[in-house]
Amino acid sequence: MVVAGVLTGLVYGLMALGLSVIFGVVRVVNFAHGEMMTIAMYAATILFAALNVDPFLAVLPIAAAFFVFGYALQKGFINPFITRPEHSQFMLLVAVAIIMVNGLLMVFGPDARNVQTDYQLESFEVGKVLVDKARLYAAGLAVLTAAGLFSFFRFTLTGKAIRACADNYLGAKVVGLNVKHLYAFTFGLGSICVAVAGCAMVVLVDVTPGLGPYYTLLAFVIVIVGGLGSMGGALLGGVLIGVSEALAGLYIVPSAKSMFSFGLLILVLLFRPQGLLGRKA
Amino acid sequence: MNRRAAAGLLILAALLVAFPWMTGPYALSVATLILYFAYAGQAWNVMMGFAGQLSLGHSLYVGVGAYVAGGIFFHWGIGPWAGLWVAIVLCTLLGLVIGFLAFRFGISGVYFALLTIAFAEFTRIGFDHIAPLGGPGGLFLKVAQRDTIDLLNFRGPPIMYYYAILALTAGAFIACWKLLHSKVGYYWQAIREDEEAARALGINVFRWKMLAMAISSGMTAIAGVFFAFYYNNLFPEQIFNISRSIEIILGPIIGGVGTLFGPILGAAVLTLLSDGITEAFAAMGLDIPGIKQVFYGVVLLVVVMFLPHGIWPAIARKLRL
Repeated sequence: MVVAGVLTGLVYGLMALGLSVIFGVVRVVNFAHGEMMTIAMYAATILFAALNVDPFLAVLPIAAAFFVFGYALQKGFINPFITRPEHSQFMLLVAVAIIMVNGLLMVFGPDARNVQTDYQLESFEVGKVLVDKARLYAAGLAVLTAAGLFSFFRFTLTGKAIRACADNYLGAKVVGLNVKHLYAFTFGLGSICVAVAGCAMVVLVDVTPGLGPYYTLLAFVIVIVGGLGSMGGALLGGVLIGVSEALAGLYIVPSAKSMFSFGLLILVLLFRPQGLLGRKA
Repeated sequence: MNRRAAAGLLILAALLVAFPWMTGPYALSVATLILYFAYAGQAWNVMMGFAGQLSLGHSLYVGVGAYVAGGIFFHWGIGPWAGLWVAIVLCTLLGLVIGFLAFRFGISGVYFALLTIAFAEFTRIGFDHIAPLGGPGGLFLKVAQRDTIDLLNFRGPPIMYYYAILALTAGAFIACWKLLHSKVGYYWQAIREDEEAARALGINVFRWKMLAMAISSGMTAIAGVFFAFYYNNLFPEQIFNISRSIEIILGPIIGGVGTLFGPILGAAVLTLLSDGITEAFAAMGLDIPGIKQVFYGVVLLVVVMFLPHGIWPAIARKLRL
């Protein structure tokens, strides 16, 4: 159970990483994050049903599409809101979220969809522990993507420029960086995280339009626990929440499992509001 | 307030009082809903619009207020006039505890907003496990006798509920007007605009933020009590849901955060919009689930993009109020 929790948690972590990267740079909380995740999951089910593409292959075109989508969303809608008060940004993204959830409902209806591959029922035996193949692949993909993102920010020029924007908006502007473009680029990167997490998640759970708000809340919990804006924190928070959900589902009432997560969130907010791995603002 | 604004308010008040005699039961239920959102929005506005603290968890106070008064009535048959006070006191305390924890630890902005969501969600799941209050299966109050007015137990025909919520909305409007133009109101606005500067001027930021929290949560509790006795059934899944909190705050944001008339106008615009969409799509014979909400979302998007301060400030400027 713990192993399964860690593996699912890594996928959660990747989703939350997208939120964290966007907040860390653009300083906007993406209230449509979980909704974007469900869109990616639906995209994977469509590609699977229509062309029989495995979700682990479908991740490439979906991630590319999400990058473009995220870039356009930031450029067209969110950039003008950067200097507006928080409640105004919140309204904008809530409106986007409402459109996404109900758009999915319009197109796909309320019934659950899934993908069925042969490896979903298989598992590896490591010692006494049984590990689902699908879960292991999903977690591996999540770690790979996260590692890619880390090295992008560390080693490429664009990555460094984005970090410069995050550290000092005015300074970045003064040295001539195209901040608006970099913001949009960051939102695109965050969207890639969501897209990959969605493709990985769809082999583990069925998807319905109503999952969106749930994932949004989950992503909030994870990034706050790990540290809003901290990349390692998002992964750590994801694993923590994944494990605590798995354990709470096993030992306490299953329906109380998210109460545990929210309790953890409240404790972290009170005693370490910058999160476990976050820096003081 | 100048003379024209006062005259406009008087006309509006007269219209609202006469409203039940001019229309039918359907319009009355829509008007009741509008006033409910106007009242709850006004309560939220005290925190956000006046003192600048963004709460995304006001469903917590609605839910606790509703469950406390509803539970007392359900189990002991004691009417809401007693339950109301228990609900107000309890929600005010809850608000103060959350405020104390947040403001003591210097939590503000996005972090404060997420903390309020967390408390509401935490409570929602908690109420799912309180068996005497029905748990996830819900709590059902005995449905009112629709032909007799029982003021003591707040049971009666729709018109009684309409006048009750009208009185509440009017009372909240007057109270907020007084508050905004009092010393406290100016402290709040100073804190909202620049907390550091307010502190430097010697304003006890912590104390006045706590006061805003107490007033706002106590006012919202009353909305919860009204909700319980008007709708008669309560489910944790619905009443504590984050989408309820969002519903409450959409009105003031669309109408104009920090203005007195914004919450009322916003509630009217949004409720009429969502009803209008339902009617229009029904008339066109389009019955696709989700299509109404997509349209609603698009309208929200357009309003927030082109009227960043809300609808009311734009109108007020035009009318030179």
